Amino acid sequence: MAEANVVLNNPELAGTMREQDLIARVQRGQSEDFYELVKPHERRVYAAALAILRNPADAEDVAQEAVVKAFANIQQFRAESRFSTWLIQITVNEALMRRRRERTVVMEAIDDRREEEAEYAPRDFADWREIPSETLERKEVRQRLADALATLDRKYREVFVLRDMEHLNIQETAEALGISVASVKTRLLRARLMLRDLLAAGWEQGWFSRLPFEKGTKPW
Amino acid sequence: MVEREDKKEAVTCELVWREVSNYIEGDVDATLRSAMDAHFQTCAHCKSVLEGSRNVIQLYSDERLIDEQIVEVPAGYSRRLEKRLAQTARANRRWSSLSAWLVPVAALVLIAGGLRLANLGTHTPALKVQQVQPPNSIPPDLVVVVSTDTDSKLFHVAGCPLIHDQGKVRTLTAKEAIDQGYIPCTQCLRKYLNVSGNQGSDEDDDHDTEADAAVPGVRH
Repeated sequence: MAEANVVLNNPELAGTMREQDLIARVQRGQSEDFYELVKPHERRVYAAALAILRNPADAEDVAQEAVVKAFANIQQFRAESRFSTWLIQITVNEALMRRRRERTVVMEAIDDRREEEAEYAPRDFADWREIPSETLERKEVRQRLADALATLDRKYREVFVLRDMEHLNIQETAEALGISVASVKTRLLRARLMLRDLLAAGWEQGWFSRLPFEKGTKPW
Repeated sequence: MVEREDKKEAVTCELVWREVSNYIEGDVDATLRSAMDAHFQTCAHCKSVLEGSRNVIQLYSDERLIDEQIVEVPAGYSRRLEKRLAQTARANRRWSSLSAWLVPVAALVLIAGGLRLANLGTHTPALKVQQVQPPNSIPPDLVVVVSTDTDSKLFHVAGCPLIHDQGKVRTLTAKEAIDQGYIPCTQCLRKYLNVSGNQGSDEDDDHDTEADAAVPGVRH
């Protein structure tokens, strides 16, 4: 009874338990449950494929292939890793194979490199306060973060998505995008600083106005 | 790792901004890290840059953000993915049900093949068995001859070139010959016999040509 209450009061834990239950059912042969297992991650799968392939049609094709491959190999999935991490890794591998097969080499433009060599100076230096994760339960906050990310140039956005959202490491991100490790680091720095400034400006515009921060302070 | 010649000197704000992302990644050497740590103690602006960047990473690492409009998936993406999975699951089920009876059938085929191979290796005794079966397509009252000066157990039509000594033969009917253990000559009685394809083609050709013939028969 006490355990049930803990689960009911913790949506994340309830979600994890439901996912584990679905995995067990699919592994026992109830293949019709697999889409339900994948559905919460289907956007993420597409996002990972798109960041690497940069073409919506190819990204959707690879996303489908990756999900089918995950379905075919579900017996090999072990609970030591998260299902979403496993699924994204399959997607990234599938996208990389597609790109190698099609020999679409991504060339770094000279202008890009010049731009990256120029330093980015932060614009906002407000006092910092940690943003509680509960903040993201508000849809409008998530939308603001999404909008801020959408304003970044693609070359910064795709590095940020792969490293900070899909959790590839620096080397994997470089390989995925076909750029150097140094370029990944430079673009990642810029993406992080630009997002920080964008969100700090949003604070001034009242994005987080109903957040539990003390008057006169910013989340950073 | 970032290498600097003036590691022991106090770092500037510009250097901190350039390295803050690597600092968060743990990708700076120990000397620079301690210099930056010291700088953050005294510089509120750089402290704001550091904590703001950490906040950005923390916020965007939340999987809920992927569910927002960060990546605009193509219209119908979910439906197509679900359909593709359903097709794959159906194909798997068909294969499973097919394999449920294919496996035993394949096993039977293998067993039958094994028996056939085993029989091929010992086909001569089988032929011998066949030779003693009563012929059923030779007229029983047909007049035939058998040699009296050899141990041959063949019966022939009179004048057959395969008779060892035409002068030393005994005349009898086909039925009598068969009842006495004789078998028909496939040369002179060929028209009555249903000779199969293995005549003279086997490795046991050291036997009489007639003996290698397929089963002859007497018509009743």
